[in-house]
Amino acid sequence: MKNRLSKLSGNQAFWPVIIFLTIILFNTILTGGEFLSISIVDGHFYGRIIDIFRNGGKLMILAAGMTMVLATGGTDISVGSVMAISGAIACSIINGNLFPQLGGSVAMAIILAVCAGIVCGLWNGFLVSQIKIQPIVATMILLVAGRGIAQLITSGKIITINSDAYYFINGGYILGLPFPLYIVLFLVGLLLLFVHRTAFGLFLESIGCNQLASKFAGIKVNRFLLAIYTISGAFASVAGLIESAGIKGADCNNAGLNIELDAILAVAIGGTNLMGGRFSILSSVIGALIVQSITTTVLALGVPAAYIRVLKALLIIVICLSQSGKFKQYAAKLVSGKKHVRKEAVAL
Amino acid sequence: MKDMKKIRIKNISLTMTVVLFAVMFIFGSARYDHFLSLSTFLNLFNDNAYLMIAGIGITFVLITGGIDISISSTIAFTGVFMAYCLERGVPSFVVIPTALIIGIIVGAVQGSLIHYFKLQPFIVTLAGQFLMRGLCVVISEASIPITDPFFKFMALGRIPIKLGESKALNGKIYYYVLIFVVVLVAALFILKKTAFGRAVYAIGGSEQSAELMGLNVARCKIGAYIISSFCASLAGVVFSFYTLAGYGLQNMGMELDAISSAVIGGTLLTGGVGSVFGTAVGAMIQGIIQTIVTYENLNTWWTKVTIAGLLCFFIVMQRIIAVRAEALKGKTAAAA
Repeated sequence: MKNRLSKLSGNQAFWPVIIFLTIILFNTILTGGEFLSISIVDGHFYGRIIDIFRNGGKLMILAAGMTMVLATGGTDISVGSVMAISGAIACSIINGNLFPQLGGSVAMAIILAVCAGIVCGLWNGFLVSQIKIQPIVATMILLVAGRGIAQLITSGKIITINSDAYYFINGGYILGLPFPLYIVLFLVGLLLLFVHRTAFGLFLESIGCNQLASKFAGIKVNRFLLAIYTISGAFASVAGLIESAGIKGADCNNAGLNIELDAILAVAIGGTNLMGGRFSILSSVIGALIVQSITTTVLALGVPAAYIRVLKALLIIVICLSQSGKFKQYAAKLVSGKKHVRKEAVAL
Repeated sequence: MKDMKKIRIKNISLTMTVVLFAVMFIFGSARYDHFLSLSTFLNLFNDNAYLMIAGIGITFVLITGGIDISISSTIAFTGVFMAYCLERGVPSFVVIPTALIIGIIVGAVQGSLIHYFKLQPFIVTLAGQFLMRGLCVVISEASIPITDPFFKFMALGRIPIKLGESKALNGKIYYYVLIFVVVLVAALFILKKTAFGRAVYAIGGSEQSAELMGLNVARCKIGAYIISSFCASLAGVVFSFYTLAGYGLQNMGMELDAISSAVIGGTLLTGGVGSVFGTAVGAMIQGIIQTIVTYENLNTWWTKVTIAGLLCFFIVMQRIIAVRAEALKGKTAAAA
């Protein structure tokens, strides 16, 4: 039994799950059980928990993509802008402003928006793997320019659309559960299969630990980096579709704004080392749920939304510190030093 | 002859930047009436003094091979903080130094986290960016106007410059541009003439070698981050002279502008190479892009897109130069 427990707690997803359950428990006590209640209206499930899963959908998708990027020791802060671009393209096509010959086809809009995300990801990957720009700068180019490109697509306007098929991406239900959840299950499942059933995951970890050594070991590092940034871009575009379906339009200024921090935070909470190397996609997805539930909790507590960002920023630093080997050394020294002092005090 | 070649490789970026600036200015002059004038040129300083100051600060960090993406938030925070305090009657001679000290503290904390705990600069400064931006909104969500007489004096006070009778030869610079001049001269002095400045370059070349040489890496690295944040808060002060308001959402994404100024001015993102003079010219190039976009009556987002494109171009060019320099080095080594 004990052996089993220690094996369980050794799993990277163990602590995130515990944290998530604690937050849920905290909320349940806080609201006197109302938090957990799930009601069924018109055959759909409603409730705070369902909301967390639905609203956390895009963050879970982003976190899954971001995990792989961070595992290589890179970063992708352009995800928010890619979301804006994909939303802008999809809405413009449905609206008939862009490619009117498509006749506002929702399917084509989705396909082209995801293609745009893939192109953005390829661009990031190209800059990082071929031109060897630091990932933060390479993706910052798209972070700033991307929002501009989205603005140019919509010619600076907020586009509203009228398409029930498109609304379904965010607001639809299948078997009583919100549709974004199925998108998450599909994408994350696909990614998990790809990463764990092939050598991809192993190579990824190896690149994150030591790029040069991986290269000498015969891994085609550049090709992998390109693929990883492309996946991140594609996932971001899907998240952008969910977001724009949620607001029933495209708002280039605010779509996915500041979401990159949330995604990185989710990955950090999931226990993936932000320096590269060890990673777990599943933990990051749970991390995303934690971030979403923190947001829900803080809002439920009546704390102004402005404080959430401060809180999240501090949280990232704390988690990074706890992962830092140097910090552990200092902490150990501090603790042992104190013990030493105590011993002396006893001797006196 | 060989020496000449070396110099050329080192300065090619800076030369290209100056040439590019001249070409763009000539292009503007040829295309639009009233473009070719002293006031257009001086307005580049008037409108971009804050960007130049912030760019000079970030150049230090980039030379050490690090990065600081928290500066735009620091600028916004300084503005909001000062406006909030001034609104509550705190005198300006207290508010400005306090704001600058906050900048120094932010830099010291970020630098220490990066150096002592070996955290990645981008994560730390990204968190710093969100922290400062969050604090802005915590202080005030709305834009706060500044009515303090000293700020008004700095905002409106200007020095007329007259080179001739014709209108094109008349211009003016605002007092706050002088702050930029002081910062530029100080930064040039620190980088070229002090042990600290040389150590900053050494760390950028190779941190390990610098440490083995006995340089105080901790002091210099943290110092670079302090300079960057200090310059950012100084830029914030200048920016509030410029706008006479504090607003928490001001200057979103400006770190890219500052980084592009440095890169366009010849600073290598890999560290070890860079000049603050180049950064100032780089910022002026962005100013001129902005001016041309305004003259063309285009969507202002074109400025961002163009600058991002220019940044890409310069980074790619740097790569090519670096590869060629490597090849050249290999050749001379083989010859020896």
